Amino acid sequence: MTTHYLVLSALLFAIGAVGVLVRRNAIVVFMCVELMLNACNLAFVTFARQHGNLQGQIIAFFVMIVAAAEVVVGLAIIVTIFRTRRSASVDDVNLLKY
Amino acid sequence: MEPAEIVQHSGGVIGVSWLMIVLPLVGAAVLLLGGRRTDRWGHFLGVAMSLASFVVAVLVFFELLGLGADQRRRLVELYDFLPAGTLDVKMGLLLDPLSISFALLITGVGSLIHIYSIGYMAHDPDRRRFFAYLNLFIAAMLLLVLADNYLGLYVGWEGVGLASYLLIGFWQHKPSAAAAAKKAFIVNRVGDMGLALGIFVIFTTFGTVAFGPVFAHASQASQGTLTLIGLALLLGACGKSAQLPLQSWLLDAMEGPTPVSALIHAATMVTAGVYLVVRSGAIFEGAPTAQLVVTIVGVATLLAGAIIGTAKDDIKKALAGSTMSQIGYMMLAAGLGPVGYAFAIAHLIAHGFFKASMFLGAGSVMHAMNDEVDMRKYGGLASVMKITWITFGLGYLAIIGFPLLSGYWTKDGIIETAMHHNPILGWLAVIGAGITGFYMSRLFFMTFHGRPRWDKDAHPHESPAVMTWPLIILSVGSVFGGAFLITGNRFMLFLSPAVGRPAELPSFAPFSVTGLVTLALVAVGVVYAWLRYGRSEVPAVAPRGSLLTVFARRDLYGDALNEALFMRPGQWLTRLAVFFDNRGVDGLVNGLAALIGGTSGRLRRVQTGFVRSYALSIFFGAALLVGAWFVVGNL
Amino acid sequence: MGETITFWVLAVVSVTAAFGLVFSRKAVYSALMLGVVMLSLAVLYAVQDAPFLAVVQIIVYTGAVMMLFLFVLMLVGVDSSDSLVETIRGQRFWAVIAGLGFAVLLAAAIGNAVIGDPAGLASAVKADGGNVPALARLIFTRYVFAFEVTSALLITAALGAMVLAHRERSTPKASQKDLARARFLGDHPAPLPGPGTYARHNAIDMPALLPDGTVSELSVNRFIARHDVADGHLPENPRLAQAIRNVASGPAGRPKVVQAVAEEPEGPVEAEDKPKVSQTTGSPVEEEGK
Repeated sequence: MTTHYLVLSALLFAIGAVGVLVRRNAIVVFMCVELMLNACNLAFVTFARQHGNLQGQIIAFFVMIVAAAEVVVGLAIIVTIFRTRRSASVDDVNLLKY
Repeated sequence: MEPAEIVQHSGGVIGVSWLMIVLPLVGAAVLLLGGRRTDRWGHFLGVAMSLASFVVAVLVFFELLGLGADQRRRLVELYDFLPAGTLDVKMGLLLDPLSISFALLITGVGSLIHIYSIGYMAHDPDRRRFFAYLNLFIAAMLLLVLADNYLGLYVGWEGVGLASYLLIGFWQHKPSAAAAAKKAFIVNRVGDMGLALGIFVIFTTFGTVAFGPVFAHASQASQGTLTLIGLALLLGACGKSAQLPLQSWLLDAMEGPTPVSALIHAATMVTAGVYLVVRSGAIFEGAPTAQLVVTIVGVATLLAGAIIGTAKDDIKKALAGSTMSQIGYMMLAAGLGPVGYAFAIAHLIAHGFFKASMFLGAGSVMHAMNDEVDMRKYGGLASVMKITWITFGLGYLAIIGFPLLSGYWTKDGIIETAMHHNPILGWLAVIGAGITGFYMSRLFFMTFHGRPRWDKDAHPHESPAVMTWPLIILSVGSVFGGAFLITGNRFMLFLSPAVGRPAELPSFAPFSVTGLVTLALVAVGVVYAWLRYGRSEVPAVAPRGSLLTVFARRDLYGDALNEALFMRPGQWLTRLAVFFDNRGVDGLVNGLAALIGGTSGRLRRVQTGFVRSYALSIFFGAALLVGAWFVVGNL
Repeated sequence: MGETITFWVLAVVSVTAAFGLVFSRKAVYSALMLGVVMLSLAVLYAVQDAPFLAVVQIIVYTGAVMMLFLFVLMLVGVDSSDSLVETIRGQRFWAVIAGLGFAVLLAAAIGNAVIGDPAGLASAVKADGGNVPALARLIFTRYVFAFEVTSALLITAALGAMVLAHRERSTPKASQKDLARARFLGDHPAPLPGPGTYARHNAIDMPALLPDGTVSELSVNRFIARHDVADGHLPENPRLAQAIRNVASGPAGRPKVVQAVAEEPEGPVEAEDKPKVSQTTGSPVEEEGK
């Protein structure tokens, strides 16, 4: 059963990664990042049960906290950028280049 | 007999003999630094300094005479010039018969030229600067002959080179003058390199550059070393004295004002090479090969100069050719040992008088003819310029060796000695004397006799007294100087403390075969010149002439040879170096930079600014890591 | 057996939702899909002996984070749909390649590994008498420093969000006096005419009639007018329909006021209004709407 959970986790992670790569809307990209984090959490929880200790659950908990903080700051940044550029596309923010 | 011991000296006029050098140097400094304020009296200061130097020289001369013959080499220590480890050069002055003879000639004839220049340069706005350079020239030349070591000599040597550069290029607004000055300077550099190398070898061999110790130990050095030193010094002498193969600058040096030509040719500069060879006699005597080369160079130059002199229409260039030739005689004599030394220096002094007289006479003629130098536009000047004609004539007779005049005594001595030494050299010298008779007569007749061929606006007139008096004084020297020096071997005995005394003194034989043949040849030359240029009409435009004439007109193709042998390969070498530098060195560096720059230019396109591109690279990397981990884990 | 069924159902649901998250054109749908995935995962946590995390997942993620996402979506425009045309050459192709490769490699690695039966957490939580007390003991003993650090992190994040979202005022705040002056200097000193001033109809998309009988374009909302035009929902009276079309096709911002009333002297006003009145009288004003 553990294998199934882990494969599901890997699949969700890969889907999230592809989403990060192909979507241009910054908010959707952010959601995909959250999806990847959740996939990781699933793996942690699965490993916690597999090994019979709570370390995995603890770290999943901390990941959630950090993800919450990250979402707050990230969305604030998106709002700020949107306010000045009237766009939430990650491709529009490309001034720092060659 | 060996030369006398060098004795330390203090006190007396000899003790302050450095004034000879310092006075003209001060004059030059005042005139150069004083600027326009000194314009009004600058030339008087120059003449005064030169004359003062001459007075000191005369006093030193008499004080030397007052000492015993074997006491006449006095060393005056001045200061520690270069205390640098093993090379500890103490600057001092060596007062002996050789150096004082030169000093008298330099200051005496130099002073006359100074006086003459007052008149000659009267209308030149830069007369003050001219006198400053003249003084500098005198000072440098005096340092050259009076220094008691090779390094001091070298300083004077370079000073002479500098002063000659400044004076030849005095009218630097003329491109030809600027080019001539540069040429003289560069050709002299070649010779200077030889002298410098010679001094280096002297220092490594003897551990010192002072004359006394070097000559004292010369006999202990190996013959090869001495030959090397001798040849190196000869190269230096060739450069300064315009001997083959470094003769090419002398003819171009006529671009300078005529008094400069007189100074360079008669009293200073070109005599420096002869001085160097005679002074280094102890070294040359240990190196017969070097001595032989000296004589060969001398003979070759005396013939080359004479041949060049026959073809020149420019009065100054013809005289320059004769200078080359006469210096060639001196050089020949300087390669013949102690007897030759005396004759070389005697001829040098006599030559100083008559050549200065003729150059200044030529200047007087040019002065009268609106600075025209082409002899084909002279003719018949004898009637309008009596004093110049007479003084020039006396100089002319002296140089061709007219019996009892200066040149007769000294040149005959050289020819006799050469004949005694090696008949081939002797006969070549005799032939040279014959050619001298021809080309000097040609010059004299074309200038002063025949029908006038003047330009329409030329109004020849005698020069002012300030110019004629030096001529008169010089012509006295050119008439009696030789006889005074040679009869009874007076000069040879006087000089013997400095250069050594020959085993047997030569006796003067006026009616020897050699002397008679020489006279006959000279007479033939004079008569032929009279027929060609005195009696018959001289064409106003130079005829095309034979192959030999063209050869001589072109300075024996010396310039062409220099260009083909040195200048063109040098240019090619430079171009090659530039090409190598541009394409090779720079190409490598620039290519590397371009490579990096180009690569970076392409590589930076990766930085698109799109976050998603970067994320893709990161994700690809992560996938690769997983793959690698998978592979490694399954090994 | 129950766990297997739960897993397979939720696995299919969550993967489908994840794909929906990536491929839906509208960001709101993406957010909803993400919510589905999170809820599924919460259930999976619960199944795997992690009741605390399941609850936290629902409260923090589905509750707080998703609300934040939706809030920002509302802020930046909810009804826009993204173009799915790729602009970076090769990006999509390589992204799919990398994603597939990553998933396949990882799955293969996991499948390759020999994994025994799970140990279960029963023994680990027995001492504390449950999952939550056991977690609490760990968090407040061994991981207390990390816990404190995360609190600092959260405060910093909150402050940062405030700083980032705060906009510095570059002009002084407009007072009531300023606003009044601006209004009187502007095009329209009086309030805009409300629909139905002299209306015969109570629909909000019916333009009002001014006292002189002309139609006021100002009384219709532009967005409503656009919807009316788009749906063909126009009144039968051609004058009213024309007014609605004018509003819908008019420039963004406020529609032009009838300048003649405000600025022109009286004479010309009458002269100009006369024909209009005659027109209006020609066609009766009583409108029945739609």
